[in-house]
Amino acid sequence: MFEQVLTRNMGLPRSETIDVYLANGGYQALPKVLREYTPEQLIQLVTASGLRGRGGAGFPAGRKWSFMPKDPSVVKYVCVNTDEGEPGTFKDRELVEKDPHQIIEGVIIASYAVGAHRAFVYIRGEFFLGVKRWIKAIDDAYARGFLGKNILGSAFSLDLSVHRGAGAYICGEETALIESLEGKRGEPRKKPPFPASVGLWGQPTLVHNVETLANIPHIVNHGAEWYAQIGTPKSTGPKLFCVSGHVRNRGVFELPLGVSLREIIDEHAGGMAFGRPLKAVIPGGASTPMLTAQQLDTRMDFESLQDAGTMLGTGAVIVMDESTCMVDVARRLMRFYAHESCGHCVPCRVGTRRMSDILERLERGQGRPGDVERLEQLALGMRGITFCPLGDAATNPVVSGLKLFRDEYDYHIAHKRCAVTV
Amino acid sequence: MAKQGEIQVMDPARRAMLLTALYIAQEQQGHLTREAIERVAARLGLPASEVYSMASFYTLYRTKPGGRYVLQVCEGLSCHLVGGAERLVDYLRKKLAIEVGQTTPDGLFTLETVQCLATCGTSPAMRVNDALYEDMTAEKIDELLETLRGYHV
Repeated sequence: MFEQVLTRNMGLPRSETIDVYLANGGYQALPKVLREYTPEQLIQLVTASGLRGRGGAGFPAGRKWSFMPKDPSVVKYVCVNTDEGEPGTFKDRELVEKDPHQIIEGVIIASYAVGAHRAFVYIRGEFFLGVKRWIKAIDDAYARGFLGKNILGSAFSLDLSVHRGAGAYICGEETALIESLEGKRGEPRKKPPFPASVGLWGQPTLVHNVETLANIPHIVNHGAEWYAQIGTPKSTGPKLFCVSGHVRNRGVFELPLGVSLREIIDEHAGGMAFGRPLKAVIPGGASTPMLTAQQLDTRMDFESLQDAGTMLGTGAVIVMDESTCMVDVARRLMRFYAHESCGHCVPCRVGTRRMSDILERLERGQGRPGDVERLEQLALGMRGITFCPLGDAATNPVVSGLKLFRDEYDYHIAHKRCAVTV
Repeated sequence: MAKQGEIQVMDPARRAMLLTALYIAQEQQGHLTREAIERVAARLGLPASEVYSMASFYTLYRTKPGGRYVLQVCEGLSCHLVGGAERLVDYLRKKLAIEVGQTTPDGLFTLETVQCLATCGTSPAMRVNDALYEDMTAEKIDELLETLRGYHV
């Protein structure tokens, strides 16, 4: 039986306060770390737990930590990515609004492990309540001696502050986030060098999603073995799945990685909402290729989803029933990407606009013969050649839509209207 | 040409204040005026063009004045699937008799669309200034507009 880890306190009244966090086992991992672990041992612990990044890429956290230079004379930074913007995703907002201290404890432990004494929270500008919760939580953590100089009487010091973004999806990409923190336009940097060698103000920087950091105190408290037995051998631990669309109970569900898509939809989200059969599912946020009703037994972990031709992404499951027009879905998502492309790389800037134009005209009933081929060609010209993954991501809804629902595109062109929604 | 000693050395932490400085400037007048941008630029030792480029890059900065209440309807996929997005926009367009991007003649409401607000579990969603409104319906919009209007009679 799976027991909730990250969301265990969320049902409690005032779960966002430091008192409730402390009363429920909070800030117990931190003194243990400062007393019993060297940074090197901590990196080994997190590596052994198998924890992988929850922001979308799934990179092993322990490995990311080990890339940070060990030289104590080098100034290092930690950035907390709260710039949740992937369409369909609403887990980080919940974590910050309902249990921010769990994340702070994770930030302090991660900073100790990589030898950083300054950490920054970068939060999406639209998260007004989240900003307030972050600031209050950090103030309270300072007041109790969990942040600041000589934390809990140890030699370790850490300062943490909140920085508000200003409305740019791209700033969730780690190098764009760093640019934005520096007070610049959020345009991703060319990699390598990766932030672990050249990050914020040119210094080695560790950037983690809040969900990733929230796992850290639990790994310290219960051990790497305990953590690694949750989920699958290669995708360990609990995951927050955000379910939206045509299901009865939309919401965030914490489940072990490797749970089947069917179980998420039928058991946790209560099945389909309007009595119409399921048509397609976006399994990990707008940027991940779609799955069909025949693929509901796919397991929701990094490997299984990759084998199914898609990705776990942020774990944002968008469920669509048979009333959904797939050309319209692609049109909406492309509009998003065209709006959010930072404009730095030409293939992405121009490609998203061109694809958006074509999809808009298909929807208006003005599609032309050859439009499908034009979309395919544009997608091909965008993939794999941009600084950041947005260029690739933008093509996914169209490419996977064309693969699975090509007939709908053809119908739009031949009949100047949609076959699904009349 | 400037001699080496005269070239201004940017303090990186100072530049990092830019997003916050723009928020403060915007709060004072509701949007970023040309003068406000120039003032921020002067204070941080940056060219005004660079500050303007920031203001235009980030969507939360307004370079044009909006109404007292800026109604921003989420046009995300998860909002659309459950009856939101342009259905709410259309309702508001008719109700307020303005197009997206316009402000009502009394200066009270501006109608805009925004990208995913990360409220997909409680969609359709919209934002009014700093407040988030979830599970929106036509009735709830009626109520909301009435309440907001009530503050200004």
